[in-house]
Amino acid sequence: MTNLTIAGAALADGSRTDLHIADGRLVAEAPSGAERIDADGLVALPGLVDLHTHLREPGREDTETVESGSRAAARGGFTCVHAMANTQPVTDTAEKAEHVLDLGRAAGLVQVVPVGAITKGLAGTELAELGLMHDSRAGVNVFSDDGVCVMDAGIMRRAFEWVSRFGGLLAQHAQDSNLAGPGACCHEGELSGRLGLPGWPPVAESVIIARDVQLAEATGSRLHVCHVSTSEGVEVIRWAKARGIAVTAEVTPHHLLLTTSELAGYDTTYKVNPPLRTDEHVESLRAALADGTIDTVGTDHAPHAAHDKDHAFVDARPGMLGLEQALAVVMETMAERLDWAGIADRMSIAPARIGGVAGQGRPLAVGEPANLVLVDPERRTTVDRAASASRSRNNPYHGRSLPDPVELTLFRGRITHRR
Amino acid sequence: MKHLLSISDLTDAELAMVLDTAEEMHDVQSRSIKKLPALRGRTVVNLFFEDSTRTRSSFELAAKWLSADAINVSAKGSSASKGESMKDTLLTLDAMGVDAIIMRHAGSGSVAQAAGWVRASMVNAGDGMHEHPTQALLDAHAMLRHFRKHEMGSLEGKRVAITGDLLHSRVVRSNVLLLPRLGAHVTLVAPPTLLPSGVRSWGVEVTHDLDEVLPEVDVAMMLRVQRERMHGGYFPSEREYIAGYGLTAARLSRLKEGAVIAHPGPMNRGLEISSDAADSAGSLVLDQVSAGVAVRMSILYHLLAGNTPES
Repeated sequence: MTNLTIAGAALADGSRTDLHIADGRLVAEAPSGAERIDADGLVALPGLVDLHTHLREPGREDTETVESGSRAAARGGFTCVHAMANTQPVTDTAEKAEHVLDLGRAAGLVQVVPVGAITKGLAGTELAELGLMHDSRAGVNVFSDDGVCVMDAGIMRRAFEWVSRFGGLLAQHAQDSNLAGPGACCHEGELSGRLGLPGWPPVAESVIIARDVQLAEATGSRLHVCHVSTSEGVEVIRWAKARGIAVTAEVTPHHLLLTTSELAGYDTTYKVNPPLRTDEHVESLRAALADGTIDTVGTDHAPHAAHDKDHAFVDARPGMLGLEQALAVVMETMAERLDWAGIADRMSIAPARIGGVAGQGRPLAVGEPANLVLVDPERRTTVDRAASASRSRNNPYHGRSLPDPVELTLFRGRITHRR
Repeated sequence: MKHLLSISDLTDAELAMVLDTAEEMHDVQSRSIKKLPALRGRTVVNLFFEDSTRTRSSFELAAKWLSADAINVSAKGSSASKGESMKDTLLTLDAMGVDAIIMRHAGSGSVAQAAGWVRASMVNAGDGMHEHPTQALLDAHAMLRHFRKHEMGSLEGKRVAITGDLLHSRVVRSNVLLLPRLGAHVTLVAPPTLLPSGVRSWGVEVTHDLDEVLPEVDVAMMLRVQRERMHGGYFPSEREYIAGYGLTAARLSRLKEGAVIAHPGPMNRGLEISSDAADSAGSLVLDQVSAGVAVRMSILYHLLAGNTPES
């Protein structure tokens, strides 16, 4: 455990202060023998929290491990990630959730919070052991079949009812598979027609969100909408929130920055599910993140091996990396609309609250765990996919000029990343 | 020309050259000895990830009549399911030193992707729902020959209606890029469920009403409708499809004097096209097949004859 003094950092509210860290917590006085870090011109934010991370372990350790994904997270300024359940095997029992928890603790770079599957094997037909996962050492609060949508409304209703007794949260991958089938890989519109790629229409997202907010209301349970990508989806969430329904939502960094026009050359790096949309949708998503209709940014960090991407576009795996550039993309796309307090809320405070993670998303105040990220607001870089802690290279920002903010990440007082 | 991935790759000059050479190659087909020495020593691979009879065999004949060595590689099924990536398959063939790879794949854009990976010339023999440029070229060639033979001029001002499952058709996309450049006026005809999204921005006419269009057209091109589409709800029944969009004997009589019928094959006789239409005097179906060999000879010639292996 390092004793540190971070001198002269600006906090999210604009005030400047010295932050003293000892034994993993923020303390009032400079600890003896503390290393002094000059943070003049830098901003200190609470450590970032991701509700949507694919760490691929167990099963595809060639593409990412809990350790390599944790390292990428730390480099991105994260101190907590939620490990999605679609590993091999699927995280659908207490034992499997505890296994992921233990891998995260062993890596020790971020807090790895296991997400449990809603249905066994993500098959959509039988409930996974939701309560046992919650009651396990892993303390699972968030459940998701992410990667596939729970299409059966009856199953979704029972899952809402089942988790309502302990306040669990269902995170839905909203994709009506009849409207956007397994081949759907391109935003349905002028470009999909011209490229001959199977279209993924916006309504395939919004009809599921509409269904699920009504199920959440009817069961008195909580819904979180993963990776909202459309104006239509935003409108339904806005309506549901106005009605007082317990719904939260996330947007990915890539849906805030990139558009469907990237697909024109059939580069499978840009294949992602839901697909990249048009400028109009991007604008709706930015506005919704600014006004709070969308609560948080979820990276949907999805590592893939090159040999799983080197196929025809329809056959390639969907997904792209996100942890290391998430903050940069939010700074780039939301500069006019979110101040540092807003960014801290959307990327740390809100996701910690939604996921029910104690000790994360806390104010940088004496007595709190020292989970924080030190940010340089000015520095920029040209993203190089080779310079990554991830085991995969499917980085959609390769070659782009973006902010390069993360100077230092502290997880429970330990330096997990330093430029 | 390095590759033929899309009709839009061809400049106007190249397009004219390809069609002119096809005309010359067509004459070779009528000789008793068909072999030309133009591509002696060159190697052409037919790499078909999807089934094909006419396209594959006509490319093979085209290569052989130009004295190239031609081999067929059938890589049916998704390479993903076999563990080999599409890129590996392409790199493997390319490493053997072949000069051209003629590729068909169910994935849109796959041939363009391949062109970025290999040294050989890539020819698109149909990529998913995207394009089938040699089909459009052979369609144009067959029409041009027909009009010339009957002293009806060129494609300038001719009206071509393309009818059928346009949503899933690679033939229609290539023809929409090609035929207007040759002066033809194209109308697309399909029910709303079988139109591609954004089709109204393609710069051609679009209608749901075949009967309204038929009396006007010089060419009625019918596209294959897959019966499986019925189960996807694209149309209610074969009967209802035929009622709206089949080229039935009754509709045949609505065509004007001298109008012709085209179909890229394979035909679903009795569905999108009746036997009365397919076998009528105005049917270009078999002319399209022979045009296919001539056009593919022309393409291979222009891709491979100019640059010697040494250059």
